Amino acid sequence: MDFFKRHFFVALSAVLGLIIIAYVGVQGNLQLLFGVVVPYLAALIFLEGVIYRVIQWARSPVPFRIPTTAAQGRSLPWIKRNLGEKLDNPADTPHLIGRMALEVFAFRSLFRNLRTELVKDPDNPEGARLIHWSYKWLWLGAIAFHYAFLVVILRHLRFFTEPTMGVVLMLDKMDGFFQFFTPAVYLSGVVLVAAVGYLLFRRITNPTLRYISLAADYFPLLLILAIGLTGILLRYFFKTDIVAVKELAIGLVTLHPKLPANLSALFYVHLFLVCALFAYFPFSKLMHAPGVFMSPTRNLTCNNRWVMHVNPWNYPVKFHSYAEYEDTFREPMIEAGIPVEKEQ
Amino acid sequence: MADYKNEFGVFAERPKVEKKIFDRNKVIAGLVIFLVMVTIPLWQNLGKTVAAPTPNLDTPVIQKLAEKDKKCVMPKEWMRANHMQLLVDWRDNVVRTKEQQVTTSRGRNFVASDKKQYLASLTNTCMECHSNKAQFCDQCHNYVAVAPNCWGCHLETGKKLAEAK
Repeated sequence: MDFFKRHFFVALSAVLGLIIIAYVGVQGNLQLLFGVVVPYLAALIFLEGVIYRVIQWARSPVPFRIPTTAAQGRSLPWIKRNLGEKLDNPADTPHLIGRMALEVFAFRSLFRNLRTELVKDPDNPEGARLIHWSYKWLWLGAIAFHYAFLVVILRHLRFFTEPTMGVVLMLDKMDGFFQFFTPAVYLSGVVLVAAVGYLLFRRITNPTLRYISLAADYFPLLLILAIGLTGILLRYFFKTDIVAVKELAIGLVTLHPKLPANLSALFYVHLFLVCALFAYFPFSKLMHAPGVFMSPTRNLTCNNRWVMHVNPWNYPVKFHSYAEYEDTFREPMIEAGIPVEKEQ
Repeated sequence: MADYKNEFGVFAERPKVEKKIFDRNKVIAGLVIFLVMVTIPLWQNLGKTVAAPTPNLDTPVIQKLAEKDKKCVMPKEWMRANHMQLLVDWRDNVVRTKEQQVTTSRGRNFVASDKKQYLASLTNTCMECHSNKAQFCDQCHNYVAVAPNCWGCHLETGKKLAEAK
């Protein structure tokens, strides 16, 4: 098994291992561990980990503006810029907020994704031509996945709030708008699994992408896929008593945990996978969620041309001047016939 | 970490980076927003004790039943998780597939695990015993925020099919 396959199978067996752990644990009557202890632990690790890492990032100085932009910066008055250019290379705070909003809500940088390919071209002396073309599938997969996941998470608030918040009820209604199958199929669940499936498929089938993919890339995808699939199984095929699910969830958030007896092993598998995702979050690439807000290339105005940014901790550099260099190497230089400025 | 050195000795002191959180206010504001958002369920339920629903079985019809007949068409535990599936199967069987061919026999009959036959009907069988929709059905449905569309047709106060016949 080569290096790349190994990374995929390590991640796959980790997810399968988590499923087996939860299943075996529940068969061994460890409901208290998997229903109460692990969720609390996962929530604590998630909160503390995210805060810790964000503060660690905030301790790194960012003295300069990094104008890695794809648009014309503010320049001479007769160089006109349209709104897109102003947003891509913001000169003031409102446009900067626009750039961040585009990035956070619409995944602007993924939208710029290009595909580079060699195409056959008989007119070309080499018989091939390098082309770059706009390739939106990654953006579409990513945005479908993120919004579907957001809706799925918000929908789950119906287990955590009593009475259920109006927003959640409305979302629930919209999500099950096409009332087919019973219980009504949630579109977000279908989109979530399809989009994660595409993102995984693309990682496996594209050779260049497979080359740079590690277990840490496959694991979150497989984990979220497993969460989505167990959730779909629980809702449509192997139903569990959701009143008992809500009793458990409400018990957790009111800090009076209570363990209903009537929950299936599949439910505990689903719950344990979610806990694993939350606990894994601060240690993983999933930290891009807070990270996008802390990206110096995105969250600073590009004003280098008219505001001077002085590094506040510039230290006096000890130069080694040419005169000193010559002082050190004068004799060998003369010996080798290299001209020197001072003979003595 | 030592200062930067080359073969001539120290040429630069290690840069003295302040040990602090840069953009402190913005970072802390962001973290507070994050914390408040992810702990919404905690605030929502702060200090509350949410009682689990207790579906009420105290209806005139159930009271009249003999002790050995006080049971549902399927085991209680199974019904708690799967009653919606049973009802939908009944509906499909009666309304969409069978009844067009046979009006009275198989399509309307549900044979329980103890070989007892029931009329496959929400209004006439289920709600015959569970006539207290608000205490029996609605309590759990509201608790888990589901809005089944059964009641679009099966009006609780509506005339029963059997009586009409």
